[in-house]
Amino acid sequence: MADNILEIRNLGVRFKTDTGVTNALNDVNFDVPRGKVTAIVGESGSGKSVTANCIMRLLQPPGEIVNGSIHFNPSRTAPFDVVAISDRDPRIYDLHGGLISMVFQEPMTALSPVHRVGNQVAEAILCHRDVSKDAAMAEAHDMLSRVGIPDIDTRIQMYPFEFSGGMRQRVVIATALVCNPEVLICDEPTTALDVTIQAEILTLIKDLQEELSNSIIFITHDIGIVAQIADYVVVMYQGRVLEIGTVRQVLKDPLHPYTKGLLAAIPGNVPKSVRLSTIATAVGDADITTPYPLKEVGEGRLVSLP
Amino acid sequence: MLHYVIKRMGTMVLTLAFISVIVFVVIQLPPGDIVTSTLERMEASGMQASDEYVQNLRARYNLDKPLYLQYLNWIFNFVQGDLGYSYIYSKPVNELVWERLGYTLLITISAVIFTWVVAVPFGIYSAVRQYSIGDYFITVVALIGLATPNFLLALLVMFFAWEWFGISIGGLYSMEFRDQPFSIPKLFDLLSRLWIPGSVVGMGGTAVTMRILRANLLDELNKPYVVTARAKGVKPIKLIFKYPLRIAINPFISTLGLLLPTLISGEAIVSMVLNLPTTGRMLLQALLAQDMYLAGSFLMLLAILTVVGMLISDLVLAWSDPRIRYE
Amino acid sequence: MSEAVLERPQPIALETPDELNFLTPRQLAWRRFKRHRLALISAVILIVMYLVTGFAEFFAPYATTSRNVGAINAPPMNVRFFEHDGTFHLRPFVYGYDLHINEQTWAREYSENPEKIYPLRFFARGETYELWNLFEGDIHFFIAENDEGDGYIHFLGTDQLGRDVFSRVIYGGRISLSIGMLGIGLTLFLGVLFGGFAGYLGGWIDRIVQRMIEVLQSLPTLPLWMALTAALPAHWSSLRIYFGVTIILSLFGWTALARQVRGRFLALRNEDFVIAARLIGSGQNRIIFKHMMPSFLSHTITTATLAVPGVILGETALSFLGIGIRPPIVSWGVLMEQAQNYQVISMTPWILYPGLFVVIAVMAFNILGDGLRDAADPYNMGGQ
Repeated sequence: MADNILEIRNLGVRFKTDTGVTNALNDVNFDVPRGKVTAIVGESGSGKSVTANCIMRLLQPPGEIVNGSIHFNPSRTAPFDVVAISDRDPRIYDLHGGLISMVFQEPMTALSPVHRVGNQVAEAILCHRDVSKDAAMAEAHDMLSRVGIPDIDTRIQMYPFEFSGGMRQRVVIATALVCNPEVLICDEPTTALDVTIQAEILTLIKDLQEELSNSIIFITHDIGIVAQIADYVVVMYQGRVLEIGTVRQVLKDPLHPYTKGLLAAIPGNVPKSVRLSTIATAVGDADITTPYPLKEVGEGRLVSLP
Repeated sequence: MLHYVIKRMGTMVLTLAFISVIVFVVIQLPPGDIVTSTLERMEASGMQASDEYVQNLRARYNLDKPLYLQYLNWIFNFVQGDLGYSYIYSKPVNELVWERLGYTLLITISAVIFTWVVAVPFGIYSAVRQYSIGDYFITVVALIGLATPNFLLALLVMFFAWEWFGISIGGLYSMEFRDQPFSIPKLFDLLSRLWIPGSVVGMGGTAVTMRILRANLLDELNKPYVVTARAKGVKPIKLIFKYPLRIAINPFISTLGLLLPTLISGEAIVSMVLNLPTTGRMLLQALLAQDMYLAGSFLMLLAILTVVGMLISDLVLAWSDPRIRYE
Repeated sequence: MSEAVLERPQPIALETPDELNFLTPRQLAWRRFKRHRLALISAVILIVMYLVTGFAEFFAPYATTSRNVGAINAPPMNVRFFEHDGTFHLRPFVYGYDLHINEQTWAREYSENPEKIYPLRFFARGETYELWNLFEGDIHFFIAENDEGDGYIHFLGTDQLGRDVFSRVIYGGRISLSIGMLGIGLTLFLGVLFGGFAGYLGGWIDRIVQRMIEVLQSLPTLPLWMALTAALPAHWSSLRIYFGVTIILSLFGWTALARQVRGRFLALRNEDFVIAARLIGSGQNRIIFKHMMPSFLSHTITTATLAVPGVILGETALSFLGIGIRPPIVSWGVLMEQAQNYQVISMTPWILYPGLFVVIAVMAFNILGDGLRDAADPYNMGGQ
């Protein structure tokens, strides 16, 4: 049996609104291997972020988890089911930033505009460990230098609006990593950034992962990024998991018609003279909406096909 | 920050200069002046005024000079602390206005305090428990408070205090203290009665502020940085107080500046109904009698009160929100 | 590059009903507005108020100056279906007053006289009137009269001259509500004029207008209104005073609106969709009327609606102080002028009824404005 830090089983989430009930996740199953990068790929509304929010127990009403379990097996504490613990359980606060951290999509808005960046990083430490404010600030200083913030002594006293997008994302990453979480969830951390900055941030995440050897869940819709950073891939569509495998398996040998469509729609995968297809045309008439259960077609290789 | 303070003070002086022109024009507007009304009174009592007497009178009140000179004269003296002479009271304006203005300030400040003390907790509750029964109840009360004219509220409070408790709440002091010299018990008596005009004046503003705070807070509660803070392990109570409230309070402080003109307006009329020794009643008398120095001084001083209040709220805002002072 | 292709929500149909994709902005706004039930109710209340006060001569049983000398400071009457002995009448009726003089205080005291039954008659002939000073008539919505032709009805009691408070509230509403509308018309005009110029021309005109707005917004309005209305000449007719007061009330009210119009104008000029319209070659007029107007007209109307209460409350306060509307014209403020101290109120509390109508009207305008604001916001898909 593989060493998984997270095992998500039959996770179902629905959103109840005035206009009706939407099933955001239907029987989602996948594992997150310890110390590896697992990418969740899918288009908008496929349930990537909802899954991440469930793992963090950050799901807000009107969303609710209706069934399933998320088995969390950290090395520092006893394993538990994230879904099963109550809202008042103190383990929730261990989870938030202590055991699992999250880097968000929008660095422009993910930081409080009225608090100095140093304080915001240090606060994460103060939430989880009983240290003095000065000690926390010293650690924050340390962490900020590790994520590559130049000129820290002055920068640490500045406000987020004085930072560029890339710098802010570095601050967000520092905040997320300062308590050395076992799992880092990156929810499209580079989408809002320029291409050059994207590359820098990706390299940073990758380097820090190798250094800290934590497990990463990397949420994206960009196959290019997946190829660069991930060890394992989970393809999601319409709240379901369609295909799971190593990055090599999924990208070289996609089994599900949707995954094939996804790959066919990437520029560069087809000759320049051929017009780039959309996912829809690439998928063609293939049935991608029927929710077949995942079946195992190899070691850790699963696909939702009849 | 210092740069901002200086800049803001400069604007304030400029604003006050404009206001002084407006005030001067307004008090000059009524046809006739103090001399014509004096002459009318003399004629009515059968006296004849000689041309020379009229000339002297006009010269004494500077009415023989062109308007811009009259203005410059007035504002020059005003800045130096000479507020002119009140015809109807036959006293220097200086002897009349300051105590009343002090009470106005006192009531306005208590209205501001009332506004904050009530609006902040209820606004937070309303936002955090959005669409709960409590939220609806607060909303309805706020809507009614917003729609009730100040003076009507004052009348109702006075009426019910009389009907139910048999107490007269008019005036700032209880009967037994009214003619006493100032003392510590008298001060306590004043403070114990102050909340009535304070709450009546502050009612409308409280409703507005509460709604604004609720809306701002709801906006902020959904922002990504709140989720970020939650994701790093900040506990719920701290989450509301340290993050969204901190930001939601900023527009709230600036509304306080916009609220001041309303509060001072409200104070003027409420004090007339509640029979308080503040500016309202005397200003009305002065206006009706065309007592231009008295009326002008009141208008100008109330405007200064407002503008300085707004300055303070702006400075507090700049201190609380770094984005403003770095602009 | 891959994003653009991937992010397209295909090929599955949207969860929202299809028709939503084909509604015009106006239809969408109406849809959002209809969801705001309180705003809808407020709109109905206001329409009824404007209709009733507009046809005050018909709806009010008496004229503002008609006196019932037998009922001075009389309390409100109850409309009944049952007599004291339990007899049921299909036609509602009121009991006439019985007057006693209290021997100790010499105060007038009224009680119901079960002998005097005055049935309500609808669309009946009563006092003659001239509707809007144009059409003569004597049909009233209701009066109370027995078969002998005797009777009177004072829903909300009478004042110290025996005038019917209910009728006076209706006539007073005509003035207070019309000042609200007229004042807002002027406010709109001034606001759009100054705001439009400032936003459109920019430069030093913009700076001057902005400074003006700042100055006016930092003035305590009531004292200034007092100064200006007190300056209205005493010999003016009530009608001229009415217009004078309206102008004075709008003189300081346009700033919020101007600020908004200016801000919208500036923001819209650089908005992507406006630039896009310019780039595809839309003419200046088309840009202003087709692209910019819809997105700021709705906001302007909303702000205007939310400004009506200020005008109504201002008029009421000034008239209450005796320096606003002057008799014989009555407004809600004028009606409350008598209620200057609690002795009067505790003897005849019903003279505060006009205040209730002020509260209802102002509340309705505020709620309506809120509803319009939500409906006008094109990004608010409502209710979620």
